[in-house]
Formats: sequence, structure tokens, C-alpha cells
Amino acid sequence: MRKILMASAILAATALSAHAEDVKEVQMLHWWTSGGEAAALNVLKQDLAKEGYTWKDVPVAGGGGDAAMTALKAMVAAGNPPTASQMLGYTVLDYAEAGKMGDLTETAVAEGWDKAVPAALQKFSVYNGKWVAAPVNVHSVNWLWINKAVMDKIGGTEPKNFDEFVALLDKAKAAGVTPLALGGQNWQEATMFDSIVLSTGGPEFYKKAFNDLDEDALKSDTMKKSFDNLAKLKDYVDPNFSGRDWNLATAMVIKGDALVQVMGDWAKGEFKAANKEPGVDFLCYRFPGTDGSVIYNSDMFGMFDVPENQKAAQIALAKATLSKSFQSAFNVVKGSVPARTDVPDTAFDACGKKGIADLKAANDGGTLFGSLAQGYGAPPAVANAYKDVVSKFVHGQITTSDEAVNQLVQAINDAK
Amino acid sequence: MTSIVTDRMQTPERATQRKSLRARLQEWLPKIVLAPSFAITLFFVYGFILWTIYLSFTKSKAFPSYTLTDARAYQRLWRWTFESNPPSSWYTSITNMVIFGVLYIVFCLAIGLFLAILLDQKIRGEGVLRPIYLYPMALSFIVTGVAWKWFLDPGLGLEQTMHQWGWTSFHFDWIKNKDYVIYTVVIAGVWQASGFIMAMFLAGLRGIDSEIIKASQIDGASPIQLYRRIIIPLLRPVFLSALIVLAHMAIKSYDLVVALTSGGPGGSAWLPSNFMYEYTFKRNEMAVGSASAVIMLATMSAIIVPYLYSELREKNR
Repeated sequence: MRKILMASAILAATALSAHAEDVKEVQMLHWWTSGGEAAALNVLKQDLAKEGYTWKDVPVAGGGGDAAMTALKAMVAAGNPPTASQMLGYTVLDYAEAGKMGDLTETAVAEGWDKAVPAALQKFSVYNGKWVAAPVNVHSVNWLWINKAVMDKIGGTEPKNFDEFVALLDKAKAAGVTPLALGGQNWQEATMFDSIVLSTGGPEFYKKAFNDLDEDALKSDTMKKSFDNLAKLKDYVDPNFSGRDWNLATAMVIKGDALVQVMGDWAKGEFKAANKEPGVDFLCYRFPGTDGSVIYNSDMFGMFDVPENQKAAQIALAKATLSKSFQSAFNVVKGSVPARTDVPDTAFDACGKKGIADLKAANDGGTLFGSLAQGYGAPPAVANAYKDVVSKFVHGQITTSDEAVNQLVQAINDAK
Repeated sequence: MTSIVTDRMQTPERATQRKSLRARLQEWLPKIVLAPSFAITLFFVYGFILWTIYLSFTKSKAFPSYTLTDARAYQRLWRWTFESNPPSSWYTSITNMVIFGVLYIVFCLAIGLFLAILLDQKIRGEGVLRPIYLYPMALSFIVTGVAWKWFLDPGLGLEQTMHQWGWTSFHFDWIKNKDYVIYTVVIAGVWQASGFIMAMFLAGLRGIDSEIIKASQIDGASPIQLYRRIIIPLLRPVFLSALIVLAHMAIKSYDLVVALTSGGPGGSAWLPSNFMYEYTFKRNEMAVGSASAVIMLATMSAIIVPYLYSELREKNR
């Protein structure tokens, strides 16, 4: 009898120890499925493989990540969160508030993240003094992506303000090229509108309206003028734009069917994937009138509160994510700039170098603002209400800028 | 000996015991077999209905919260119901539901009946034609949606092809037009379901007593009169079941809208189910999403309950 007891005790002990053994697998939920993005993520996979961790992909396609966030919610609600998930802005804080996130503070202190990562980003990666996410990159959305061959053909030069931009688009129209490549999905329209507001109202105004949600700013004539400017740009879009994916719009510029796309710097990844070189095949300018300011969003890897035996894998993932070598290698491919300011820019192309310099200047000068369209200006309910209004304005449900402004104020108040 | 006797004495008693056990088992078996599915339905359907109703009175945002508040979510939906200019997303959703529901049901019934009558003319090759019409039903809404999205896209499908064939003035961009996009959902939906409805009507037509038809023909009824006065009225039960099938398909068609239009320009193709999903899962407004789900349920019940009531009463008579 005693023997049997002993045997079962030993069995149980081995079973327990087997259970407590570290899981050598990183489960990652993300929506980086298009060419440039998938290539960029591969860098991290290889880095982790070197340390002996395998990678379990949970890709959920869809540019804005809506579908992925729904999948994530289901996984977390079922008590089975992934090791980490690609997340944006307030989503991280929402999950942290619900107590679903892990704690990386120890690693963060040891690795010196608090000094290297821009303060504006830490607003989203640190919750109540605890590091809950590892920022992967900093994107900025106020960029123009221009096909150089088309630009040369129409004899255009870099537009310095909004009127020059419109003049440039007119030239393209006269030459029979689609002037502006736009994907008619609400987040793309709103991303472009972020830049228009910054260009029309300047940095102070942008911050007041889209980060502080100041009602006077939202109702102001400057906001009306911004909507008027959006209406102007809408005239330069091809009739078939509605519902188009962003990378298809980028492809129009790559192929020379269209002159310019207003899009975040992830568009550069698509140019790279098509073997195009900045300065030779395409040009990157700041959205006219927004030079010196950066509207950012950042991809974060939210780190969930995982069982003890997965913590080592999680920490390895977080360290690898914020290592200088990965930050450089990843962002060179992805088109964004490193999430830490102490990464050398030697490996980057001309656009990347400009992006790194702009980020540093904006961080020092206080002109680094969260993008409302990308969920870094306000919580998701407000951001989505904003996207609704912009999209309804672009597609004609809302016909005048007066009405658009009223709707914007009301929608934001409803969502608060 | 005694033992044998006692055995004999006991046997009939045991037999009755065994019989009663078997009888009891037979009596209980269906209940035992049904119990798990009953419990699952009770919990996952009715339990979650109650849970959704509860959530609609809370302040739930990204995650469910259990502190009750007033009917704030309903107040907002009520206000949005009357915001037609510019249309609120809720207003768009419910008006689309009416447009889509009515057109979808009417066209499916009309086309289904028409095809069934044509196929019923004892034509050759019926065995080939029937599955061709029925086949779309075998596709999921997602496949239907994507196929029609490409077909209707002015840059890829019908319009582009017509232009290549030389008809350059041809213009068909409903799928990109905020006012017409809901009709493209109707087109795709009707294409998918009308073959199935045809099969239902065909079965109904085959079930009609040929004596009645022969009698009316002898009385001199023209083919049109025959259909209008005799056959179609006899199909009334088929109409009812087709109506029920179509109505519930109309109300749950969420995936068709997503696959075909991804919501349409400026959200103009939303149905209430899209609204519910968007608000609950994408916008972190779970209370509003739940409230819209409850309203959908209440609307459904307002239609279904009187129908069920009248059906059951007829049966009881």
C-alpha cells in the first residue's frame, strides 16, 4: 500500500514538475499580414529562434486591426491570453485597467527603457507605474508618398503649404493621372484628416482639438476650414476609391497610376517590398504645412498576465523587442522609426533618417502628438465616432462643414 | 425442491420488476438524452438573452461591468432613431433593415415561385436545371459576398467588362454609392436564396392533387386562371414556411454586408446586426451594443409571437 502511495506521489511530482517547466514558445497575435509588414516581423522571429524560443503565429488580417482586437477580446475573456499581442494605444490601457496585463517593470528598469523610450509613448506602455507593453516602433502619419517618375513628368516640386499641394494635384489631374490615391475606408480617411487638421490649424490647435478634445476647438472655424480642405482633396480621388484597402492605394502610387498617397510611414514598407528606393523611385515629404510636427502612432506588444511558466518566454520576447539591434533591423524593413531614441540611424534610408530626426525634434520641442484616427488621441469610442463623422463627410451623408463640425462635437460627446 | 418452488414463485415477480425497470428506462431515456441539449439551450440561448438585457442597463464599455445604471443606452438609441439628416448609424441600420428585408423577401418569393412554375412544365433536363438554381444556397454568405463584390466593382467586374467590349457609356457603380449600396446586398442575397425558395415551391407544386387541376381544366380554366385561382392559393402553407425561412435569413445577414461592402461608404450598408457588432466589439460600447441587440430581439418577438400564437391556436381547435 505504502509503495503504491509512494509511486503515485512520485508520479504526481513528476507530472507537476513537467507542468511547471518553462514553455519555450511565444504566442503572438498580430495583424501584420501584408508584404512589408510580414517581412518585418520575420526579423523578430529569427531573433527569438536564436534564443531557443519557437514562435506561434496568430495572424488576424485586416489593416486597422479591428478583427484582431475582436479575436483578442475573445481569447482574454476565455482566460487564455496570448503571450503578447500587437496593440494600439488606449487598447493597452483598457486591458491594463481590467487587470489583464502583466508586469515588465523589473526588465524595464534593468534595460533602461524609461530613459530611451519617448515620454509620449510611455503614456501608453506604462500603466500605474508598471510597464505593461513593449513599444515596437513609432509611426508617423503626416507623410506624403509620391511617385517620382510621375512627379518629374508633371514637373512638380515639393509643396510647402496646402495651396501648393492643391496646385500640384491640379497638375497631375491635367496630365491625366489620378492625383490622390485614397482608400475609402473610414480609418484611412480619418488618418488623412489628422494631417489636414494639423496643417490647417497648426500644432497648438491639433493638440487642443484632437488630444484634449476641447469643445471650443472642435467647434471652431478652423475645424470647419479643415473639413473644407478635406472636401477639396476629395475632388482629386478616382471614382472607384470607396472601400479600397490601403496597400492597394499604395500600389497605385508604386505603379504610377496615381501621384500621391497621404498615409502613415507603413506605406514605405510596401515601396520597399516592391524594390523601390526613396529619392530614386519615390519621394517622402511631410504633409504640406506640418513640417516640424509629428503625428504619431506606435505599435506595441501588449504583454498579458500569463501563467508563471510562460513568463520567461514573455520577458525574452520583450527584451528582444526593445533591443537596439532589433529596433533598427525591424524598423528599416517596416518603414517606421525606432521606439527608442538611442538607436543609430546608419542602417536607415533617407526617409527613415528624416523620420528619426523629426521624431527627436518633435519629442524635444513638444510637437509630438497622438493620432486620433489611429487611436492615440482619445479612447476608441471617441476615435471611432470621429472616424464615422469624417467618413460620412467624405462619402456625402454629411454635406456641409458646418454640419460636420456639429456632428463631430455631438458624436464625441456621445462617446465620452 | 423448496428452492425450485421459491424460484418459480419469484420468477414472475422478478419479471414484472424487470419490466417496470425497462418501462421506467424507456420513459426516462428520451428525457435523459434530451437533457444536455436542453440545458445547453437554456443556458446559452435564454441565459445569454437575460445577460444581454442586464448588460444593456450597465455602463459596460470594453468589458462587461455589472453595476446597473439607468436606461442610458436606450435613450441614446431612441435619439438616434430620429436622426435622419445626416443619418446616424442606427438610423441607417434600421432603415436598411426595412429596405433589405422587404425587397429580399418579396423578390425571393416572386423569383422562386416563377422559376418553380417554369420548371414544373414537365420540361426536359429538369434534373440538371434544378441543382443549378439550387447551387448558390450551398455557398456561404462570405463566398457570395466576395464574388458579387468583384462582379459589381466598377474597376474589376461588370462595368469594366462592358467598357472593354466597347459599351463605354455603361455605368453601374451602386456598390460604391451610399444611396444604392444596400440594393447590391439585396441583389446578392436574392441570387443566393431564390433557388432554395424555388425548390420549396417546386415541392409544393408536386404535392398538389392532379385531380383538382384536371377538374378545373375540364371546367375550362385558362392556364393563367388555373395558377391565379387554384394553384397559388393552394401553396399558402409553402408561402408561410418560405416567409419564415427568408425573414430569419434577412435578419441575421451580417456576413453578407461585411463581405460584400465592408460596411459600405461611410457605413451606409449597415444592418442592425452590423451596428450591434461594431458597438459591442469595436467601439467598446458594450452597453449600447447590448441595447441594440435587445431591441432587435424585441422587434423579432413582436413579429414571431403573434404568428406562433395564431398557429398554435389553430392546431388546438
